[in-house]
Amino acid sequence: MERQISNFIRALRSADVKVSTGEALDAARTVAMIGYGDRTLLKDSLACVLAKSEAEKDIHDKLFDLYFARSNKRSEAARDDSEDGETEGQASAGGEPGEQGDAVEQMVSLTQEGNEEALATAVERAAEAAGLNDIRFSTQVAYYAQQMLRAMGGEKLQDRLLQALQNSGAQADTEAQRLIDARRALTMAARERAERAFEVFGAGETEKFRDDVAATKRLTALEAHDMARMKLLIAKVAKRLAVKHSRRRKRTTRGLLDVRKTMRANAGYDGVPFNVIWRQKKRDRPKIVAICDVSGSVAAYVRFLLLLLYSLKEVIPDLHAYAFSYRLGDVSDTLENNEFDGAMKKILREFGLGSTSYGQAFSDFSMNHETVIDRRSTVIVLGDGRSNYGDPRLDLFSGFAGRAKQVIWLNPEGPALWGTGDSVIPRYAPYCKQMSHVATLKDLERAIDEILTSYS
Amino acid sequence: MTSGYEPLTSIEAITAGLGEVGYISTAQISTAVFLAHGLRKPILIEGPAGVGKTDLAASLGRWLDLPIIRLQCYEGLDEGKALYEWKYGKQLLYTQILKEKLNELIGEADSLGKSLGKLADFEDLFFSPQFLEARPLLNAMQQDKGSILLIDEIDKSDEAFEAFLLEVLSDYQVSVPEIGTIRAKVPPIVILTSNNVRELGDALKRRCLHLHIGFPDHVREQKIVRARVDGISDSLLSQLVRFVQSVREADIKKRPSIAETVDWARTLLLLHASSLDEQFVRDTLNVLLKHETDIAAIAPQVPKMVREAVGTDTGGRMSSGYPDLG
Repeated sequence: MERQISNFIRALRSADVKVSTGEALDAARTVAMIGYGDRTLLKDSLACVLAKSEAEKDIHDKLFDLYFARSNKRSEAARDDSEDGETEGQASAGGEPGEQGDAVEQMVSLTQEGNEEALATAVERAAEAAGLNDIRFSTQVAYYAQQMLRAMGGEKLQDRLLQALQNSGAQADTEAQRLIDARRALTMAARERAERAFEVFGAGETEKFRDDVAATKRLTALEAHDMARMKLLIAKVAKRLAVKHSRRRKRTTRGLLDVRKTMRANAGYDGVPFNVIWRQKKRDRPKIVAICDVSGSVAAYVRFLLLLLYSLKEVIPDLHAYAFSYRLGDVSDTLENNEFDGAMKKILREFGLGSTSYGQAFSDFSMNHETVIDRRSTVIVLGDGRSNYGDPRLDLFSGFAGRAKQVIWLNPEGPALWGTGDSVIPRYAPYCKQMSHVATLKDLERAIDEILTSYS
Repeated sequence: MTSGYEPLTSIEAITAGLGEVGYISTAQISTAVFLAHGLRKPILIEGPAGVGKTDLAASLGRWLDLPIIRLQCYEGLDEGKALYEWKYGKQLLYTQILKEKLNELIGEADSLGKSLGKLADFEDLFFSPQFLEARPLLNAMQQDKGSILLIDEIDKSDEAFEAFLLEVLSDYQVSVPEIGTIRAKVPPIVILTSNNVRELGDALKRRCLHLHIGFPDHVREQKIVRARVDGISDSLLSQLVRFVQSVREADIKKRPSIAETVDWARTLLLLHASSLDEQFVRDTLNVLLKHETDIAAIAPQVPKMVREAVGTDTGGRMSSGYPDLG
C-alpha cells in the first residue's frame, strides 16, 4: 500500500514535479482517508496534494493514468490468483518449479490465449525481481526486458529450444517453432512492460540528465541542437532568479522607531506619539549596464548573458546593453524591439567586426553614454580582456568604477590565461568588485544571482 | 470543543451543501475542501478572475454558518495589518487619564527601585489582550466554532509577508511577545487565492493543497446561472451560455467570467428576450466584454456566433444552399 504511493511519488519526482517529504506524508494520509477504491477521487485528491501548478497537474494526471493502470492490473491479477488455485500454479513460473519440463510448459502456456491474466501476473513478478523501477534511460529497456525474461525462467526455455533444434524430424520442428513463438511472446510482454516503466520512471530523468549536461557544458561547446534546450533552461534559470529576487523592496524593520518621522507625523497632537512610524530599509532597484565584447571569441557567451538578462526584465527593469569589438554602440533598443535571435544577428553584423580594442570601446562609452552610470548601477563587462596590445584606458575604467555601485567582470577565459599574451585582465581587476570566470550556464546564474543579491 | 465543521464528512455532502447556498461545485473543488479539512491544510486556489475562487470561501461560510474573515493582500501589507497591533492611542489615553493614579502609586513607594517595580506591574496591564487589536489572522484564530479565513490575492503581497504567513498557516498559532502564544481555538479553514500576478514561493505552495478552478463547462455554467438568475427559460439559458463559451474561445484581452455571464443573463431577462437575437446581443455586448477592443473584435462575429448558439445555422444553410452573405 505505502509502497505504491512512494513509488508513484518517485515517478513524479523523476518527471520534475517537486514533491517534498511533507507532501509525501500528506499523500499517504490522503490515501488513508479515502482509500484506493474510487479511482477518480484518488486522482483528484492526489493532484490536489501533490501538484502545485497547472503544468504539474498535467504531468500528475498523465503519470497517474500510466502508473495506476498498471498497478490495478496487478491487483486484479493478484486477486484472480488467490481465487483460482489453478491459475496460481501456472503463474508461479518465476517461483520454484518441481521439474524443468513443467517450468517450460508453464511458460509456454502463459502465452496461450485465455491466459492473459496469468501472463500479466508473471510479468509483474518478473519486473519486481528484475528491479524494473530503477530504469532510467531508454537504452536500458532491452536490458531489463532480458532480465525479466530470465526471472521468468527464460534460460530453461532456451535450453529446451536448443535441444529441439538439434533434433531432426517433423515433430522436433513443430516443437521448436512452438518454443520460438512462446519466447517471442514473452519477450514482447517483458519489453512492453519495461517500456512502460521507462515512461513512468525514466523519461523525466533522462530529460533532467540532458538539462544537467547542458547547464554544465561550456557555452561555446554547445551545438545547434542544444540551443533550443538552452533557451528553455535559461528561461528556467531566469524564473528561479526572478522568484528569488522579485518584490523585495520596502521592508520595515519593526522595532526600530523612526524618531524624526514620528515626531513630524504627530506634531498635531502636541508631540504625543499617537501614530508610530517604523524605520524602513531602503532598497535600490537593480540597474544594470552590460558592456559586451561581441568579437568572435566571446560572442557565444554574450548571447547567453543577454538572453538571461532580458529574461529577467521583471526584476531588472532598468537595463542597458552595449556591444563592441572596435566601436561601441547602444544595443538596448535592438534587443527590446526585435525577436531575440534576429536582434543578436543584427548586433553581431553591426558591432562584431574589427579588431578588438577595449580602450576604444571604453572611450566611446565614456564619450556618449557615461551618464547612464550612477550610484545604483552595476556595470557588467563581459569579455576576455584581449585588447590587441592597445591602450586599455584604465583612467576611463577607473572612472566608471568610481561612479557605479560596482563593476563585475565576467570572463570566458580561465584564470590560468589571465595576463598571458595580450590579455590585460590583471590591470582591470583592481577596479572590479568581482572578476569571475564564466564558462557554463551555472556560472552565469551564480554571477547574476550575486549581483541581484547585492541590491536586497 | 464543538466546531462548525461537522458537515464536512463526505465529498457528496460538501457538493450538496454548497449547492444549498447556490455554489455549484465540481468533484475537484469538493475534494479539495474535504482534504483541507481532513488534513488541516490551507487550499491555494488559482485560476482566472471571476470563476468563483473567492465565492467558494463565502459559500462555505454561509453553508457552515461560520464567520468569514477576509484578508485582502496588497503590496506593502505587513504583520501589523494582518495579525495584530497594539492600540497605542488607547494606551496613551489611559495613561493620561490615569496620570493621577500613577502619581499616587509611585508616591507610595519610597525608593526608586520600588517605584520602578510598581511601574512594571502597570506596564503589564497595558500590554494585555485588552489593548490588543486583533487583525484578520488573529481574529480567525479566536473564533470559538472555527472560521473560514480567506486570504485573497496572496500573489499581490510581498515575499516577506508570504514567508511570515507560513508560520501562521502551518501551526495555526500566533506568538505575541508580551503575552505569549495564542493558539487557534479551532483551526480555521484557510483559503488562499491567487491570480498569478507573481510566481508564489515553493515553501508556501508546499504547505497548501493546490486547486485550479478554470472556466466552467457548459453544463456547470448553466447550473450556476440558473442558481443565480430567477425565471430564465431553459432555451435562453442554454443559448446564452453557449454564446459565452464561444466568446471565451476567441482571442480577446479579457475573457468574460461567470459573473459577467450572470450579469448578461439578468440584462437579457430585463429586456424580455426569449431567445438570443443579433440586435439584442450587439446592444448588450458591453455587459459581457469590458474592453473596447474586445467588443470591436467580437462584433463582426456576432451573427455567426448567435446562429451557432441558437442552433439554426445548419438549417439555414441547408435550405438556401449558399454561404451567408449578410
